Amino acid sequence: MRSAGEIANAVRAGEVSAESVVRESLDSIAARDGELRAFLQVFETDAVARAKAIDAMVAKGDDPGPLAGVPVAIKDNICTVLGRTTCASRMLEHYESPYDATAVTRLLDAGAVIVGKTNLDEFAMGSSCEHSAFGPTRNPWDAERVPGGSSGGSAAAVAAGMVPVALGSDTGGSVRQPAGLCGVVGVKPTYGRVSRYGLVAFASSLDQIGVFARTNADAALVLRVISGADERDATSARRDDTACDAGLGRDAAGLTLGVPSFAHDDAVSAETRAVFDATCEALRAAGVELVDVELPHASHGVAAYYIVAPAEASSNLARYDGVRYGRRAEGVNSLDEMYTRTRSEGFGHEVQRRIMLGTHVLSSGYHDAYYVNALRVRRRIKQDYDAVFARGIDAVLTPTSPSPAFGVGEKLDDPMALYVEDLFTVGANLAGLPAVSVPAGFADPKRQEGVGEGEDPSPRPSPPGGEGGRLPVGVHLVGHAWGEAALLGAASVVERVCGVSGRVAPA
Amino acid sequence: MPDELSIEDVRKVARLARLAVSDADAERYRAELAAVLGYIERLGEVDVAGVEPMAHVADAVNMLRDDEPGAAFDPSVVEKLAPEAADGFIRVPKVLGEGGGA
Repeated sequence: MRSAGEIANAVRAGEVSAESVVRESLDSIAARDGELRAFLQVFETDAVARAKAIDAMVAKGDDPGPLAGVPVAIKDNICTVLGRTTCASRMLEHYESPYDATAVTRLLDAGAVIVGKTNLDEFAMGSSCEHSAFGPTRNPWDAERVPGGSSGGSAAAVAAGMVPVALGSDTGGSVRQPAGLCGVVGVKPTYGRVSRYGLVAFASSLDQIGVFARTNADAALVLRVISGADERDATSARRDDTACDAGLGRDAAGLTLGVPSFAHDDAVSAETRAVFDATCEALRAAGVELVDVELPHASHGVAAYYIVAPAEASSNLARYDGVRYGRRAEGVNSLDEMYTRTRSEGFGHEVQRRIMLGTHVLSSGYHDAYYVNALRVRRRIKQDYDAVFARGIDAVLTPTSPSPAFGVGEKLDDPMALYVEDLFTVGANLAGLPAVSVPAGFADPKRQEGVGEGEDPSPRPSPPGGEGGRLPVGVHLVGHAWGEAALLGAASVVERVCGVSGRVAPA
Repeated sequence: MPDELSIEDVRKVARLARLAVSDADAERYRAELAAVLGYIERLGEVDVAGVEPMAHVADAVNMLRDDEPGAAFDPSVVEKLAPEAADGFIRVPKVLGEGGGA
């Protein structure tokens, strides 16, 4: 499938019909999604009808916009009038939103065609897409492995070539980690760059809608469309510097990336380390300056995050009480029984655990020791980034996640094993900074249970651009606040040097 | 940092969060939450003396708009979303008396 930019140009010029593009996308979903389960809903009839309407606009001489005829997938915690918005939860299984999220409205106004809603960990809580109430999504590069999460459905849909671009949401890494594990570009904007109106709230001070694409150019194209002030979200920034494509294609020379020592944390697997080191070498050879930097509090990010995010979630998810919308337990005798049974039946295990964790850290006697203390560490983490950027560093470079995609079920019973997936990504959420995962190479790790005594555990990494393995490995860049143009410019250098972006996982 | 989480703590937060937890689940949650809280203890290593808590990264406070009426959903839209509704009202079990206590 072509890139979003190529599709829009061809449709606007009348060279290709939006209908043929959308039918191609729907055919691809039909062919591959039985195995991958990236989509919770597919809108065949509506998508084709809308594509025909776009073709009619072009025929009349009207311009449908910069995403004319581009098929997009939307994570199912982002509200659409079309279909249901379930958050992959029994709580909202039949919920039909009466409004579109602002980001969705902007996609539609730009001529995009929504082909379906994608799977996620329930209420975006998870890093594997296994915590969906409707079953896991599979990684297109290896169906025995997870796509990452929580936006695993959107990542898999883009990686498998079912759509060129998709929306996700990112609270602690939920766009970037699955992007890394699926070999696509995933960008989380600066907090406030994209309106959160219509994004079902998880942790409001951390949540941002983000973009999946197979290239940085496509990510920038979509991000530019969805960015900007919105009176329906008081935290959306009143700024007009939304030209986040302005830095694409820049020279490697003159780019300065900071590599913090925690990029080599013990949690990083040998195969990811090998791809990361090879990427650093290739960047240096291309003329990028790599500088050692310190983020002294970065390794405390996960601990701070697992106080702040559940605390906010326990408050946000109090709204699911069975009164106004969503699920209500049957046969209840009292209001209190209705609340309790509705929530116990409607939420899955992971969501209930995080609600309890958040309730605990906010409860009387623990509030200062846990919650307020975490907020102080959060400021330390932001100050670390401020100090690094004040030194003239353009972006901070690390692996996206500690290891390539793990097996379905492998980490299901160990919350801490899963939470460490967020090691490199949570800092950008806590500090509100823009960040992107870029495909850097492929690795061929042995399965966890296969690494035993007497076996050679040495990885077989590929050099950037090489073909040494079958599982994607991503690298992660964190940029200056409101510096999306510079960040994606830097990412485009990484993309060019590594040479593995733009690929579709073979069926 | 506070003492290790007990079963009573789990029951208390479950009650506060309006979640019903079976005896078997309570022990599982206790073990899982204790593991996470144990991990979180490393925050005690950070020197935060004199550091202001940061609940939010946004500099702006109190975004105001003109107090003009805008478009609103028709009551029928809200009624359709409700699990149980009648005559323009959302129905819930009895709030006062024996059924209350929420």
